[in-house]
Amino acid sequence: MSHWLITPVVLPAMLAAILVLMVREHIVVQRALSMAGALALTAISIGLFWQASDGTITLYQLGNWPAPFGIVLVADRLSTLMVLLTTLMAPLVLLYVMGSGWDTRGRHFHPLFQFQLMGIIGAFLTGDAFNLFVFFEVLLIASYGLMIHAGGKARLRAGTQYVLYNLLGSTLFLFALGTIYAKTGTLNLADLALRVAELDPGASAGIRVAAVLLLLVFAIKAALLPLHFWLPDSYAEAPAPVAALFAIMTKVGAYGIIRVYTLVFPPDLEITQGLFDTWLLPAALLTLGLGMIGVLGAARIDRLVAFSAIGSMGLLLSAVAVFTPGGIAAALYYAVHSTFATAALFLLVDQIKSRRGDTGPLLVHGRPIEGGALVAGMFFVAAIAMTGLPPLSGFLGKLLILDAATASPLVWWVWTVVLLGSLVALVGFSRAGSLIFWKAHQLEPDGPGGPVDPETAPEVEDTTAQPETTAAPLAPRPVLPMIAIGGLIALLIALTAFAGPVNRALNATAAQLFAPAPYIELVLNTPGKVIKKDTHAEEDDHDAAAEATGEEH
Amino acid sequence: MELLIASAVGALTAAGIYLVLRLRTFPVIIGTSLLSYAVNVFLFASGRLALDAPPVLRDGAERYTDPLPQALVLTAIVISFGMTAVVVIIALGSWLSSDDDLVDRPALPDGDGHSPSLPEGDAR
Repeated sequence: MSHWLITPVVLPAMLAAILVLMVREHIVVQRALSMAGALALTAISIGLFWQASDGTITLYQLGNWPAPFGIVLVADRLSTLMVLLTTLMAPLVLLYVMGSGWDTRGRHFHPLFQFQLMGIIGAFLTGDAFNLFVFFEVLLIASYGLMIHAGGKARLRAGTQYVLYNLLGSTLFLFALGTIYAKTGTLNLADLALRVAELDPGASAGIRVAAVLLLLVFAIKAALLPLHFWLPDSYAEAPAPVAALFAIMTKVGAYGIIRVYTLVFPPDLEITQGLFDTWLLPAALLTLGLGMIGVLGAARIDRLVAFSAIGSMGLLLSAVAVFTPGGIAAALYYAVHSTFATAALFLLVDQIKSRRGDTGPLLVHGRPIEGGALVAGMFFVAAIAMTGLPPLSGFLGKLLILDAATASPLVWWVWTVVLLGSLVALVGFSRAGSLIFWKAHQLEPDGPGGPVDPETAPEVEDTTAQPETTAAPLAPRPVLPMIAIGGLIALLIALTAFAGPVNRALNATAAQLFAPAPYIELVLNTPGKVIKKDTHAEEDDHDAAAEATGEEH
Repeated sequence: MELLIASAVGALTAAGIYLVLRLRTFPVIIGTSLLSYAVNVFLFASGRLALDAPPVLRDGAERYTDPLPQALVLTAIVISFGMTAVVVIIALGSWLSSDDDLVDRPALPDGDGHSPSLPEGDAR
């Protein structure tokens, strides 16, 4: 059994421990180790992705215990794709962090970042529902620390809400898992798939409740209406690189929905009929609508981007809710795209905030942005990607989703909301871009920064208590942040240029998800360690001996 | 026994939800704690209730209770304890930095958040 599969989980965990215990006072060493770890993760996950790309599913039994008794990690096409997505983002986000000095504004940024990576990657790889919960908690507790990194009144307030909301989500997750265990007696996903299929549809109230509860848990993560309330404040107030990394966290929710509802509660299962057509699809469309209205109504650029992230999750989930192989493939393409686009926009917003001086993130007339051409150009490209205009990948993703939606009975609703939503988002982003980059020049430069017109300045609760938004305006600008954003945009362009091969791979991924028999077969029929049971009295000794040999494999 | 456990879970959940909907952080945190107690008892009961039965192999035992929910509930207790500690600290930080312990953000600027680097007129 190869141990490569567990390295993306173990490596960040060990690295985080080293970072916090041995080198916590040395920011340069921390940066070097953190970056080296992130790059190693990228290399490993490219390897894993390559391994899974011919349809091979790899199994790793922790402690060599066979499923369903032990915990297993499973790497199929979907898992490795999501891991690769995470680890492609991580070095770029770290590059931004180093360039902009975010890690010097508080303590322990890098260890928390590594723990966050461990949680996200673990959640993608695990094949056990309770282990999924544990990795959710790992990524959440790291995200709590990252969310309030560098402190500040507004950030702490938003952080409190974020933590409380997610605590409730975790409680709900446990209730769902308890119900599932009470009804089936297992928490291994492959084993669950078999046992749920065998349940009597006439006496399935418990498992139906569990299926809906689990959907709610993932919907909280994925910011699905009406469970999205945590997102706008958290993302807008979180440090920019953290918000960029959080772009992958909403995808963890989407991954959970795709994984559990293709494997355990597949679409043709009688007891969960109607869950997607009746509930998920309308909720996803409402989420999309709400996100786009939020984009139009936002008074601050950071909240605008946060709402566009909600809208993109709505679009993604409406493709998931169609629940055909085509829909899942389209959703995955859009997931990859929107992760990069959202991350690039959050990082750009940070650049805008710090370069604008005292108007900060407000969508009002301000003074021209220093080095504005580059920032404006990148914002333009990222906004095109986010709103889904040609020629970038957002457009292709949207096209794939519209095409996949023809399989749904609600196709006209999907088309109407998606197309109107695009228009609204376009107006919202154009307004923001014009106000920040173009109209800035029309202002009389009377004094540093120029006054904010009290009549047009919208009511904003708190733009203060963020010293980083008012960095010295004439300090030389570091190059690394722009390289990081450029890297994300380059990934978007690559996703557009190689849309054909990517789409073929994603179609294969969706096909693998809709034929889960090899997955289940591999997980349940791989032998693990064998405990010989010769005589009753010596049982304990044999246990210990078998365990010792098992560890050595 | 079943009735006792079920009503305990129900009462804890109801009280927890009521408290979570309060306005200030302290009752909300107490509410999340109650909810986590409720879910722990619920998880414990998810392997069926068996009285006076050992969870691991033992000589002379007639029947066993399900050991897995006990392991699950142990994990859940540790995690919820840690999470509660984190939320207490963050809520405390929020209270100390903003002089109130409301969970919601204030609808209007309350005027006490002027950053020293912002001119007075622009700090809205």
